[in-house]
Amino acid sequence: MSLLEIRNLSVEFATASGAFRAVDGVDVTVDQGDLMAIVGESGSGKSVSMLALMGLLPWTATITADVMTFDGRNLQKISPRARRQIVGRDISMIFQEPMSSLNPCFTVGFQIKESLRLHTDLTRRQRHDRAVELMTLVGIPAPEKRLSAFPHQLSGGMSQRAMIAMALACRPKLLIADEPTTALDVTIQAQILELLIELQETTGMALILITHDMGVVAETVQRVSVQYAGQRVEEQPVTDLFENPHHPYTAALLAALPERATERHLPTIPGVVPGQFDRPQGCLFSPRCRFADARCRAEVPVRANAGMGFALCHYPLDKGVPQPRKDTA
Amino acid sequence: MSDATSDTTAYRPPAPPGPLRDFWNSFRENRGAVIGLFVFALFLFIAIFAPLLAPYSPSEQFREHLLQPPAWSEGGNWRFPLGTDPLGRDMLSRLLHGARYSFFIGVVVVGVASFFGVTIGVIAGFAPRWLDTLIMRVMDIVLSFPSLLMALVLVAILGPSLINAMIAIAIVLQPHFVRLTRAAVMSERTKDYVTAARVAGAGRLRIMFRTVLPNCLAPIIVQAALSFSTAVLDAAALGFLGMGAQPPTPEWGTMLAEAREFILRAWWVVTFPGLCILITVLAINLMGDGLRDALDPKLKRS
Amino acid sequence: MTAPILQAEDLTRHYEIKAGFGKHAVVRALNGASFELTPGRTLAVVGESGCGKSTLARVVTMIEPPSGGAMRIGGNPIGAEGASRDRALRAMVQIVFQDPYGSLNPRQTIGQTLMEPLKLNRPEVSSAEREQRARDMLGMVGLRPEHFDRYPHMFSGGQRQRVAVARALMLDPKILVLDEPVSALDLSIQSQILNLLVDLQERLELAYLFISHDLSVVRHFADEVMVMYLGRPVEQGPKEDVFTNPRHPYTRALLSATPMADPRRKRNRIKLEGELPSPMSVPEGCPFNPRCWKATEACRKNFPDISGNTHRYACFHPVEPGEDGHPGAG
Repeated sequence: MSLLEIRNLSVEFATASGAFRAVDGVDVTVDQGDLMAIVGESGSGKSVSMLALMGLLPWTATITADVMTFDGRNLQKISPRARRQIVGRDISMIFQEPMSSLNPCFTVGFQIKESLRLHTDLTRRQRHDRAVELMTLVGIPAPEKRLSAFPHQLSGGMSQRAMIAMALACRPKLLIADEPTTALDVTIQAQILELLIELQETTGMALILITHDMGVVAETVQRVSVQYAGQRVEEQPVTDLFENPHHPYTAALLAALPERATERHLPTIPGVVPGQFDRPQGCLFSPRCRFADARCRAEVPVRANAGMGFALCHYPLDKGVPQPRKDTA
Repeated sequence: MSDATSDTTAYRPPAPPGPLRDFWNSFRENRGAVIGLFVFALFLFIAIFAPLLAPYSPSEQFREHLLQPPAWSEGGNWRFPLGTDPLGRDMLSRLLHGARYSFFIGVVVVGVASFFGVTIGVIAGFAPRWLDTLIMRVMDIVLSFPSLLMALVLVAILGPSLINAMIAIAIVLQPHFVRLTRAAVMSERTKDYVTAARVAGAGRLRIMFRTVLPNCLAPIIVQAALSFSTAVLDAAALGFLGMGAQPPTPEWGTMLAEAREFILRAWWVVTFPGLCILITVLAINLMGDGLRDALDPKLKRS
Repeated sequence: MTAPILQAEDLTRHYEIKAGFGKHAVVRALNGASFELTPGRTLAVVGESGCGKSTLARVVTMIEPPSGGAMRIGGNPIGAEGASRDRALRAMVQIVFQDPYGSLNPRQTIGQTLMEPLKLNRPEVSSAEREQRARDMLGMVGLRPEHFDRYPHMFSGGQRQRVAVARALMLDPKILVLDEPVSALDLSIQSQILNLLVDLQERLELAYLFISHDLSVVRHFADEVMVMYLGRPVEQGPKEDVFTNPRHPYTRALLSATPMADPRRKRNRIKLEGELPSPMSVPEGCPFNPRCWKATEACRKNFPDISGNTHRYACFHPVEPGEDGHPGAG
């Protein structure tokens, strides 16, 4: 049985100028020890879907899902209290801005011990030992001393390590890392990614990496889910995705990578991601798609099978060539 | 999407709401602010058309109708709907004309205070450190006096009159504008578009007043609205203490002061001017709160 | 090869900051950068935060005067004060910023934004011509005429960056400083802007100073590369040389740390120990020595000067071609 299962998750925000659908029918399945990434550009709803899972969205959001279970428990049914027990202990999350996700008023040690105090029944002494152990685990030098440091005394990389230590405090079964390295320098990014993979291997937890960086995806995870305008458009193992993308959006995105360029001009995707006021009919990618025809602009596509990377497309690509769909009428 | 009205011309995005529409949308959410806006509009209307609305001249005395109660109470008369004062003047006419004075005071005081305050604030925001420190310390000194006391002292020096009271109130209010403007300027001036204007060749003055200042206006407008009510209130207080407008000016505070000795005998001579001050100040404050919610994204409730 | 339009020699920029009561500390944000910009070519400056690349942009754009060194634009010297007030020279260097949301004045329409540089620098141009030129420029950067009267908040990040490019080009500059112009943009938009910049460079013979932390973009876009670390250039040269045959250990580490979008690539990362030191306390000797696996006593004492002909590097123990990183790699 899978650790996390989400079927048909949608999130709508009520704004002053009408409802805005940020996440539109997304499915996520994560098994024990899984290492997956959710990729997408800004506005793809990749963070929002995970925040919805954590119950961290503001009250203006309406969350609907057919299934939302974690470790066999239905997250939609259980009480908010029981849910808070799971979130923070069994599911943890780290964010993009390490500087602003630590509370500047308290020491790092206090913040790590606080989550231990809330979710475990360790004694004061044990909590301290566990905190030191965690700081060592994430590679912070002189952990005893750093426990009493305030967040502003740490560099960006160190803050992110402290955040990871805090997230690991209660031995979560699932860690969600939301753009954990975007705000960091390249050499520090390499350190943090390496640390995350290492921790994933040693603890056996599942890791969901949310990112927009194709390079990070390629070097880090095993399975990739691509999101566009709030929808999951494709999901494949990482090597297959980079070699044979099935959705035209994924293909175009990969072609636009400067390192794959063969000439001075890069291939581009015309237009922009649709926002609140310009959602097209039919396939959401159709206005920007090279292969789109009248059908794409009129009909909402049906998901393809696993062999075609679950591509949400009328004519999923195979080796760069659109294929007529056999599995649907 | 079923609600898309666009037909064959496939991809024609509807325009997102403009800044004004956006502003009105968020202003409208605050019901108190809308009510405040309507009351303020009524106040403005009365202030402009007071001579046409008022049945009598504010200083016309009816000797045979001294201290007549309002029309609906015993001994009242519909000739004087809100009664008359100890000198036989019509209360309604005086209150309507009083609106003119209050509005005039508010506009002039806020105008003067914001003009000088904003100018000094922009200069302080761009000035070298020593000048900035000097300006801000002077403002701190002004702020450290209780405002009404400060105004009283100034009026005592300048002599009691409505104009001097307005000058005093403007001086007292102005440091708030300086501080606010300076803070806003400081946060705007480091932004890239300011640097871009410099690279484009804009001079210092142009950057200060054409590039940066328009982007600092939102908090200043809110402050102006809230200062308006403070000005009305302070002017009334000075009038009540005999340091503002002088009798027989139908200014609300002065009217209160004149009627002090009749409080027990004739409730209406004090109640109505007091109510006028209360309603006006409350309406402006409500409106100012709404403005802040709509204009200042930092304080916006999400 | 055409003559360089900008020559910089040993440019430095120091800041004095207050460190407690009466004490002053000096931050050497930029320390001895020498380079040339040539029309039609791109020099990329690469480095991590605090390496001085943004300071370099501000000095070249004459937003800040250099504390030392010399800079000549089209043969005219720009000193510590010098000709930096000269409008004609200033107009020759323009800049595009990283954040498209902060670089446009929210209270000005696109048209006003584009016309402002002309209004300030070329008062002799009539207002009708000014408008015409601004409208032409809109077309040149791929925006539509109806965008002229709109405000920035109605545009997406990519469109705003096009406006920023258009504004920079209004004064017909010879040099464009691009301070991370695509790093705030989504991948699909990034390629649009990069293509636009390539086209404009070809058409207008512009010299680009392209500042970036993204090595894969630099590899695609640049002709020459300068790698900086803590205010100092540590390696510079033609793109092919620097990328295929990096000699400075830092360049090597940077290249190996940059993620590549190829899941089959065998990971051979050089893991750098430690953090970037703060620019306020630059280590003695070679600034890279505390993190370098080849550092010796000499590196801790003396600063290695940058040397070489076209491919220059500042290191006592340059990495030999074919040398396999450091023992920790793998």
